Amino acid sequence: MTFLLAVFLLPFMVVFKISVSEMDTVFFKDIWTWSDELITLKIKIGNYIGLAKDSLYIQTYLSSIKFAAATTLICLLIAYPFAYFMARSPADRRPALLMLVMLPFWTSFLLRVYAWKMLLADSGVFNNIALTLGVIGEPVKMMNTPFSLVLGMVYTYVPFMILPLYANLVKMDLSLLEAALDLGATPWQAFWRITVPLSKSGIIAGSMLVFIPCVGEFVIPELLGGPQTLMIGRVLWDEFFSNNDWPMAAAVAVVMVLLIIVPLALFNKYQAESTGARA
Amino acid sequence: MGSVFLFLYLPIFTLIVLSFNASPMVTNWGGWSLRWYVALAKDTEIINGFLLSLRIAFLTACSSVVLGTLAALSLHRFKRFPGRTLFAGMVNSPLVMPEVIIGLSLLLMLVSVQRLFGFPERGLGTIWLGHTLLGMAYATVVVQSRLQEMSPSLEEAAQDLGCRPLQVFFLVTLPLISQAIGSAWLLTFTLSLDDVVLSAFLSGPGSTTMPITIFSRARLGLSPSVNTVATLTVAVVSVGVFAASILIARAERRRAQEMAAAYRAS
Repeated sequence: MTFLLAVFLLPFMVVFKISVSEMDTVFFKDIWTWSDELITLKIKIGNYIGLAKDSLYIQTYLSSIKFAAATTLICLLIAYPFAYFMARSPADRRPALLMLVMLPFWTSFLLRVYAWKMLLADSGVFNNIALTLGVIGEPVKMMNTPFSLVLGMVYTYVPFMILPLYANLVKMDLSLLEAALDLGATPWQAFWRITVPLSKSGIIAGSMLVFIPCVGEFVIPELLGGPQTLMIGRVLWDEFFSNNDWPMAAAVAVVMVLLIIVPLALFNKYQAESTGARA
Repeated sequence: MGSVFLFLYLPIFTLIVLSFNASPMVTNWGGWSLRWYVALAKDTEIINGFLLSLRIAFLTACSSVVLGTLAALSLHRFKRFPGRTLFAGMVNSPLVMPEVIIGLSLLLMLVSVQRLFGFPERGLGTIWLGHTLLGMAYATVVVQSRLQEMSPSLEEAAQDLGCRPLQVFFLVTLPLISQAIGSAWLLTFTLSLDDVVLSAFLSGPGSTTMPITIFSRARLGLSPSVNTVATLTVAVVSVGVFAASILIARAERRRAQEMAAAYRAS
């Protein structure tokens, strides 16, 4: 508990403090100053005004959310049928299937993102094969586009969607479906009105597990994204490492936390329900 | 279903095949060769980074498993205590919180602490701290789910038979969750070995981990050295995971047999 307070909550307060500090030449000033028996509290909200005024930041936040939402939706579309069939396959085959899903997760995430760079580059594997076969006349531009970015994020995060969904679907009581069918529902109706509502907590947990990290993702946009794919994680990184503007970076982070606080609360609520089944 | 697996494995497969490419252009096939592996053996930047990463990963795995187990136990045992929601929230949040935020906030805090007390220097210790924060969250989830499957009657039986609380923990609870602790250890180890963002924020001069080196090379373009590192990682990980899963399956079977024997005897 103390460990978490010290290294998790305290840093956020420090970030908030720094986001309202003034920039010295190389370092930020303290907001509290003590002189002539007078404590002064100086709060600079210039960074936040800057954030609100500069359309670049607003656009970046919006596009981060857009890309993260697209990724989440695609992950859900891939993962739901997959988790469904996995949960309905014979019980003795499930551990093997589960392991096949988990195995890429154990190999380096960085290297897997790099692999896509190799496949999608202008002189990459896909283009080379298509060129040799004569399917296309000149390389198709796939790298550094929204397509490569979303593909990379879907690829990285799809196991995070499959696992909670699988954990949820495998627990489901199949007799409920039988009852629905006995009462005259078509299989399709039974799926939409029984299975989907029952797996709601899995869907929410999985979506949040994909959406929230995607909003602030840095490595994937940096390696696979391009000029059209503004992501807030990258802006924060640049403010911090390239511009050395720590208070601005902190302000960017505070606004980002505010953006994800609702999904985060949702996640924490459903996490409690789904941990029980996650092995 | 097959197409999802194809999607998951195609990139990894390509990485492996192309690491044996003789041509210096990563994506132009020039015949089989081991030249990049020979080059890797001389690449001191990568090797030093790897050794540092291994050290950090080992420390991180140990500390996160201890803290994660404690957190999971207290969350499991005490259903109500003041601040439980806050505590549970803080345990779970690092799972999803974007790493740039964790990294930035930890760094800013450490810098403030350093200005007040003159320590800690950024380096191995600070990276360890950051990774532990992340690893602890994963370890807690893994151990907690095992605790939930465990029947409370086992601990109660031990208490009835006269065990003191500490004995119950070491003789009953710990052996029962040892498997989950093992997989949590492996999980946090690989997480730490792989982390770029937190390490980049928290590392100081002279503490460049392997992922940071790889990342900076991958940023510049395709590099054969990255492919060889990838192949070696995949090889080590798959051997490790297969071995672990066989061991786990065997332990599971033995446990089932012992349980069956115990039921027959009674």
